[in-house]
Amino acid sequence: MASEPVSIETLRAALHLAQAGGFCSFEGWVRNTNEGRPVDGLDYEAYDALATKEGERILDEAMARYDISHAVAMHRTGSLNVGDVAVWIGVSAPHRDAAFRACRYIIDEIKHRVPVWKNERYLDGDTQWVACHHTHRPHEHEHDHGSCNHNH
Amino acid sequence: MRIHLEYFAQLRELAGQKLQIVETTHETVGPLYDELRETYGFPFSPERLRVAINGDFAPWTQPLREGDLVVFIPPVTGG
Repeated sequence: MASEPVSIETLRAALHLAQAGGFCSFEGWVRNTNEGRPVDGLDYEAYDALATKEGERILDEAMARYDISHAVAMHRTGSLNVGDVAVWIGVSAPHRDAAFRACRYIIDEIKHRVPVWKNERYLDGDTQWVACHHTHRPHEHEHDHGSCNHNH
Repeated sequence: MRIHLEYFAQLRELAGQKLQIVETTHETVGPLYDELRETYGFPFSPERLRVAINGDFAPWTQPLREGDLVVFIPPVTGG
C-alpha cells in the first residue's frame, strides 16, 4: 500500500531473477469516465494494515498455485488524477503461461478481497463512493464473500 | 463491555467519525451492526459486509471481548 507514487522500475527490479525467463505486469490506471460520467480523478481509502495482510496472502496463494519465480503488487491510496497508476502487479516466471495466469489471478483477487475503496470525483464537482465492481474471475475460487459478486 | 470501532469510506462519512468507542451488551457483531445501521442509516445489509476483529477478517459469530477493535468492511472497490 503506497500513499505516494512508487517507481515502477524499482518494483520490476525485484522480479528480475536469474531463474525467470520473463515477466508480465498489469497496470491499472485512473480512467476519465465511469459508467458514462466524466471523471476528474479519484481518492482511494484503505484499511492499510488489513489490506497489506490480505495482499500478502494473495501473493502467497499465487506462488503456491502457479509455477512462478516472484510476484509483486502495489496499490495506491490517496488522491489520484486521470492517467495515474492506481495498481501495479508484476509476476516473473520460468515460462510465460504461468506469469500471465498468476498476474490475472492476483489482480482479480485484489479487486475482490483487499479492503480499498474508491471515491470518484466527477467533472461536475460531485463525488461518489463506487458501489460495486463487476469483475470477472475465470479461475476457480474457494472464496466467495458474498459482498460484491456478480459472477455466479 | 467496551468495543472500539473504526470506520472506512461510506461508513465513516455516514457515522461522521473515524473512531468510536461503544458500550454494548451484544455478544457478537451482528446485533451490534444492526444497531449502528439503525443509528447512522448505513445502506448495507450485513450479507454485503465482511467484518474484521483486531486486525483480521473474522466470522460474524465470533464472540466479542472487552476492548476488541471491530471494523465493518463495505464491498471493496480497489484496483
